[in-house]
Formats: sequence, structure tokens, C-alpha cells
Amino acid sequence: MSEKTTPEPQAPGGTTPEPQTPGGTTKEAVASDVALDTAGGQMPPSAVPAATQLHGGDREGSVMHKIFTGNAMVSVLSVLLAIVLGGILMAVTNPKVAAAAGYFFAQPGDLLTEVIRPYTALVQGSIFNWAGADLSAQLYPITETFTVATPLICAGLGVALAFRAGLFNIGAQGQIIFGALFGAYAGFAWHLPIGLHLLVVIVAGLVGGAVWGGVVGLLKARTGAHEVIVTIMLNYIANFLLLFLLTTPAFQRKGSTNPISPFLDPSALFPELLGPQFRLHAGFLAAILATVFVWWLLNRSTIGFEFRAVGANPSAARTAGINVARSTILVMAIAGALAGLAGIAQVSGTEKYLSGGVAASIGFDAITVALLGRSTPWGTFFAGLLFGAFRAGGVAMQAQTQTPIDIVLVIQSLIVLFIAAPPLVRAIFGLNPRKKKTTTSGTAGTHAGGVKSGAAA
Amino acid sequence: MKLELKGITKRFGSLVANDHIDLVVEPGQVHCLLGENGAGKSTLMNVLYGLYDPTEGEILVDDKPVVFKDPGEAMAAGIGMVHQHFMLIPVFTVAENVALGNETTKAAGLLNLDATREKIRQISDQYGFDVDPDAMVEDLPVGVQQRVEIIKALVRDAEVLILDEPTAVLTPQETDELLDIIRQLKRDGKSIVFISHKLREVKAISDTITVIRRGKVVGQADPSASPTELASAMVGRAVSLNLDKAPAKTGDVTFTVRNLTVTDHNGQHVVDGLSFDIAKGEVLAIAGVQGNGQTELTEAILGVQPHVTGSITLDGEELLGKSVKHVLGAGVGFVPEDRTLDGLVGTFTIAENMILDLYDKAPFARGVGMKPSVIAENAAKKVEEFDVRTPSVAAAVGTLSGGNQQKVVLARELSRPLRLFIASQPTRGLDVGSIEFVHKRVIAERDHGTPVMIVSTELDEVMQLADRIAVLYRGKLVGIVPATTSRDVLGLMMAGVPAAEAEASASAHAPSGTTTTALPEPAGHEGETHV
Repeated sequence: MSEKTTPEPQAPGGTTPEPQTPGGTTKEAVASDVALDTAGGQMPPSAVPAATQLHGGDREGSVMHKIFTGNAMVSVLSVLLAIVLGGILMAVTNPKVAAAAGYFFAQPGDLLTEVIRPYTALVQGSIFNWAGADLSAQLYPITETFTVATPLICAGLGVALAFRAGLFNIGAQGQIIFGALFGAYAGFAWHLPIGLHLLVVIVAGLVGGAVWGGVVGLLKARTGAHEVIVTIMLNYIANFLLLFLLTTPAFQRKGSTNPISPFLDPSALFPELLGPQFRLHAGFLAAILATVFVWWLLNRSTIGFEFRAVGANPSAARTAGINVARSTILVMAIAGALAGLAGIAQVSGTEKYLSGGVAASIGFDAITVALLGRSTPWGTFFAGLLFGAFRAGGVAMQAQTQTPIDIVLVIQSLIVLFIAAPPLVRAIFGLNPRKKKTTTSGTAGTHAGGVKSGAAA
Repeated sequence: MKLELKGITKRFGSLVANDHIDLVVEPGQVHCLLGENGAGKSTLMNVLYGLYDPTEGEILVDDKPVVFKDPGEAMAAGIGMVHQHFMLIPVFTVAENVALGNETTKAAGLLNLDATREKIRQISDQYGFDVDPDAMVEDLPVGVQQRVEIIKALVRDAEVLILDEPTAVLTPQETDELLDIIRQLKRDGKSIVFISHKLREVKAISDTITVIRRGKVVGQADPSASPTELASAMVGRAVSLNLDKAPAKTGDVTFTVRNLTVTDHNGQHVVDGLSFDIAKGEVLAIAGVQGNGQTELTEAILGVQPHVTGSITLDGEELLGKSVKHVLGAGVGFVPEDRTLDGLVGTFTIAENMILDLYDKAPFARGVGMKPSVIAENAAKKVEEFDVRTPSVAAAVGTLSGGNQQKVVLARELSRPLRLFIASQPTRGLDVGSIEFVHKRVIAERDHGTPVMIVSTELDEVMQLADRIAVLYRGKLVGIVPATTSRDVLGLMMAGVPAAEAEASASAHAPSGTTTTALPEPAGHEGETHV
């Protein structure tokens, strides 16, 4: 039965997107250019005039800029859309659901239940567990979310800050590793009084990240090396350096054959915020402080003003007497330090020791977090919380409903995909400001197409 | 082909860009749309070209109503458009660009450009375009690129050609050539819609002039009307095209340039051994055709050119080799030639742009902390003083019209005590009203006793503002002459003829002197308009 039902939606799905003529897209592009040029501020999504974009020369840069600083509505709708598509994907892949779909016409409610159940588990595992025995069990999920979100927020801020200065920092991963490396060493090798020890660990982590980020800025400013390539390569170096160091006596745990470090001194750890039954630690407060700091830096300080000016128009910044090279180095160092803080949150908070997987995929998720947060400090903060919730809830979801946690990855990726294509999102939700006619006719087509491709993924 | 627009209205949200505009373009006519920046000329043409749907109104071709859903349909109906920013692909050849959109193919899907090449040669010969179909577009000068755009329209059998601000990007010579091309097209029965705010060109080329102000047609004007009348109709109030300025009261020479040489990355001397002085209270205008070293000269003074030798002193202090910040701090006000590229950060607010080079100085900052309320107050004051038309100082500067953007740059640069003021192309792309304003502010700064250096490729502007004129040609100083020097002599000097020789040659050929000037009108006309 299931074999028969699956091909059916594919047939219309495959044909409906066709009416979107290839010529239509170029016309839209021209029209939007002209619209920006002449209608000026009337178009809310982008305040950048077409003229500047043309003159900017760096076309790739302006496209990236649009993606990273798109409007909030698109971010929210992208998340919504990704969740819906994720649900459909779960429905298609879950054997129980496939069975339910078989008798769909008899019992449509069952299919829906099978889709809603994993999401319910996700919420239960990330925000509030109403089935918990006592209050602490009920609140445990939200504290898990905060814990998992902490490094994501810090590293996300690093990516967002660099982006505001016009730099595409892919290197959060390496910077986290360096922060963790420096911090962990200070944490287990040195034995300092309580209070001071944690402070030294944090400073060491910030320095580690700042060095690894600053190198990128230095290379970019002095030699013009592209930061994307440099950061990717530095990620590899950091990763393998970490794996190597964990086999050396200086870092490897005594008596262990595994590549892991000794535990950090208790004095080097972030205090637990809500007692030992929760993993939530003071690193989360550090993340909030970091968000406030980045907000102040970008919006209230002369340094941030320089960063933003260099990011938005380096020529004008240079003409206004801003030292572009210095800004580049400084912003990468600060971005690295923020990522380093994420590393500290890992070793001093969550993990309590250094291992090869200390950075997990946080450095890459951080890019998505910054993207979803439109490179604003508070946007990044809440995007980090959302991703933390996905991660924390994903575990519960897998345990309770056997839905693979990988679905969370798919949802995250779908979010990025939609944010990168705002017109698609607007078209699906019928929000296209221009031609009403094409929007309505396009919605059905793209929606069916989008659903299909989502299911196929 | 007769083209008629009836009651065209276009709204963007609450903004009415076009308000019941009626327009008739007769065959074989040059119909000029005259209006300030932001008056709605381009919007109207985009409606006509099928890029926008009109909110109300209709378009008639040969008295039959038509609806253009996209530019393709407008083209098919015989309407061609040359945009202000060219729609060409730089790495394609002329033929490829022209064929783009309706390419024909040979066997195996290969491009067949032979027919296109042949057509380009034919059109090129007919109108004297001198365009090689196989030249790469990015290698062509701007004027020739524009011709490629015109060819694109003609290949598609356009009967009505819309030229949107076609001279904004051209040198005076190229402008002349374009006007000749338009006359030829007209002779062949094509209708031309010429959008501009440059009165001289409009008067030279138009058969009918429609003046648009704030989205409405405010009237028809006769090409024989005086520029002052046209300007007043366009701006909506009496404007004076003649700048009233008192003779310069010059003081000490405080700014000197000696033996300045700028070498570009190819090892060429783009500025070659330049020496000049500017005294307090004096305007020295640097004249010359675009690309003769003016940009490099101003950038060398600012400190953003890498390979500079010689000496630049202000009040006895050597500026060469100092950072931009130091130069600005020494009291140099700098208006760059390309405001969107070098003068403003488009996504920043007006308030932020007003302090773009003062952001770390008191009272806008203390230490590393900035003071948003002081910055906003400052902006509100400057917006008032410089008459920047904006709903809010928190609006992104990129949403302003060119004239208002330039006012923001000027407001910023003139808002602190200056020891030297440098403005490059201060009125490029501005409308009459804004030009008048900018010129007055420049002269006001001069009368404060500031040495002023103006770089302009517009001879009119040079002659209006200058107390002395320095002419550059291929990075070298041809000569420094008084502001009273005739256009003919200046025109010759801009072509590299030394001052004395130019003087002699101009007086020998006085009656036919207009051929050497950059602009189409007889020089004698100038006096008449300034009465």
C-alpha cells in the first residue's frame, strides 16, 4: 500500500513548479534592482541602494551581506517552514507513520498524531517536561537547552561580529578549540585559589581564541589573504593540533590511553547555577554578558562604529580616516575571543575536561546561529537558544519516539536554506511585495515543489 | 510610432511617485522629460517599459491601448530603453551583449552571432557609432558602452528610444557625440524620450519639454525658454543660475603642493610633477577631462594613494606620508568624487554618516563610548541647516536622493573648523536646486578664509566657482589661468595646449571657437542667460 501512495504526490509535485519560466527570474531581478534604485526606502527588506551595490564591486560580498542581514520576518518564517517540512520528513520516514498513511483515508487522525508526537517530545525535551515527577524534573529540559545553547551563543556572536565588519568567519571551530586548549591547560595544569583560577581560565581561553582569530585578521590585513580560506585551513590545523596534543604527556590524562585531558580543578569550573542535579552553569551568564558586550561594542562604541563602517563600505571608512587594517585585525581577535569563550563554556562548564570532540560541530552551527540571528547580538542570542532547544530536545525525541536525532540537523539545514532564499519564503507565505498575481499562482507551485524536495531530502 | 501615456499613476505604499501623468511622444520627436532627482521621471519610464505595473492609467501605442507585462513586451512593441546604469555584461563581447535575450543558434546549439555582427556593423556605419562587434564590453569607454545599449535597442527595431539620464556618466566630448547621434536618430523618424535635468543639453536637443515636479506634470516648456525659466519650472521657485560671489579676498598662502608625483600600480606617473599654491580665501579649480590625474591628486592629498613623492604642506606642516586620520585632523575637509563609494556608508543612518570622520571626537564620543543622543542632535541640526530632505535622521542615507546625499557629505565636512577644503565633483548628478545650494556653501567657506580646491570636469562649474583655474592634462599641469579665461582657451588647454598657445589660437579662430568647447551651445549664449 505504501508503495502505491508515495509515487502519487510526486507526479504533480514534479510538474507544478514548471510554469515558473526561467525568464521570469531575470525580469524579477532587474525589476528589483530598479525598484531599489528608484523607489528607495519604500522597499523595506534592504535599505542598501542598488547604486552602492553596483559600485561596491564585490558582488559576492553584497549577496552575503543581504543573506546575513535579511529581515526578521524571513528568519521566523524560515524556522516555521523548516519545522513543517521536518514534520513531513518524519512522517515519510517513520515506519509507523507509513503504516498509518496506509489507512489514512480511514483514520486521518493517526497520521497527524504520528507527526505531532516527535515534536511534542522535542518540546518536552527542550522546554518543559509536564510528565516530570517533580518540579526539578519538569524544569530540567529548559536548563539543558540553556546549557547546550551557551557555547552556540558565544561562538555565534563571534561569527556575527566578524560579519558586521564584512568578514565571513568560518573559523569559529578552530577558535573554540584554541580557547578550550588554553583554558583547559590553565584549568588542570595550574592550581590557583578559588575565584582567581576560574578568572585565569577564562582569560586564557579568551586569549587562545583571540590569537587564533587575530592571525586571520593579520593575514587578511597584511597580505590580503581571503578570510574564508584562511579560517577553513586554520580549523584543520587547530583540530589536528588538539588531537596531537592530547597524546602528549602535557595534556593526556595520567593512566589513560584515550586522548583526553585530566579533569579541570574544581576551582577552574563555572559554578553550577541550580545545584548539582542540573548541568546548567555560570557559563550561561557569561554568554548573556557577552551578548550585552557585543551589543554595546557594535552600537555604542567607537570601535564598533569602525567595524560596522569597514563592513558596510570599506572605501568610505578609509576616506573617513578609519584604519581598515587595524579594524580587520581587531575584529577578528574579538570574534576569536568570543569563540574562545564558547570553548571555555565547554571545558569549564559542560564537559569539565578536554577531548578531541570538545568543539563538536559548534563552530559550524555558530555560523547558522549568526545567520538566523541576522548578525545582531540579541538575534544571535535567541537563535542560539533555539538551536540549543533543538539539540536538547532532539535527544529526548530520539529516546521517546525513535525519531533519529539527525532530523534536527535537517531542520537546521532547512532553516539556513530558507534564510538564504528570502524571495522563496516570501512567495510561499504570499508576502511578495511586488506582483500579487504571480505570488498567488506561484505559491501553489513552489509549495508543492518545496514539499516534494523536502520529502526527497 | 506615436506613444501616449494617459493618467499614469504609480504608488509605492503611501508614496505617490507618479500622479496622473499625461504625455504624448510624437514620431520623429525628441521629447524631453525635465525634472529634479526624485521627481518621478525614472519611475514613469519604468512603467512605460513594463518594469512596473501602473496603479492607474493606460499606455497607448498608435492610439491603441496596450499593457506591457514585462520589458520583453515593451521591446516587441518598439520601445527601447537605455538605463542610466548600463545593463551590459562586461565580460561579453558587443555582439554577445546585443544578441543576449534573443540569441539564434546553429547546429548543436552553438551560438550564431554572424547575423548580429552584421546588424551591428550596419547600424554602426549608419550612425557613425564606430563600434567593433567583437570588442569586449569591459574594455570600452563609457560613451561607447552607451552606444552598445543604443544598438541593443535599435537591433530590436525600437521606434521609441528612452534615454534615462544618458549624459550623467559622459565626458563633455562624449555628450556632444551623443547629442549628434540623437539628431540622426530623429532624422530617421525615431522618437526619443530624453530624461535629464541638465538644462543645456535639454535646450540643445529637445522639440518638446515636459517638466515634472514631485510626480506631477507641471507644464510644457519651449526649448527656446531661457535656462533660468526652465530651472525655475523644474524646482518650483525662482532660481539663479548665476552665482553671485564677491571677488576673493585672498590672504596668506597656506597650502602648497610641490613636485607632486603619483605612480600607479603599473608604474605610470598619473600625477606628474605638480606644483601649485592656494591662498586663504581663494578657490582654485582643477579643470580637465575625467581621468587626467584629478582623482589621484585629491587622494594623494588625503593620504590614500600609496606611491607619492614630492611635498604637500598645510600651514607649514608636511602632510605627505601622514595617515588619513592625521590629514583630516589637520583641518582638511574632503568631499570625494564618488559619494556613494567613498563619501557615505549607504546602510548607515544619516546621523551616523554626519559623523563618519568625527565619530571618535568630542562631543560625539568620550573614550570608546559614543553618545547617540549628541549624535542625533547634531544630525537634526545639520539636516535643518543644510536642508536635507528626509523623514528622519535615523533613515539610511542610501534611501536619500543624490542631492540630499551630497548635502549630508557637505554638512559633515563643513561642520568643523577647516584649514583646507577639497571638493571633487561636488555637484555631479545633482539637480539645479541642489547645485545652487552646494555652490553657495563652497563660496561661503571661501569667504570664511579657507583655501578651497575644487575638482570638476564641468567647465560651467569651474568657471562659476574658480578664482583661478589650474588645467590638468595627463597628470601634468598645463597652466594656471585666471577665472576670466574664455571657454575656448580652457577647452584647448584641456586638450593639452599650453595657455599662451591656446590664447593665440582661440583669438585667431574666435568665431568658430565653439567646436573646441565641450558643450553644444555657442559660447555667446552664456552671457544672455546670466542677465
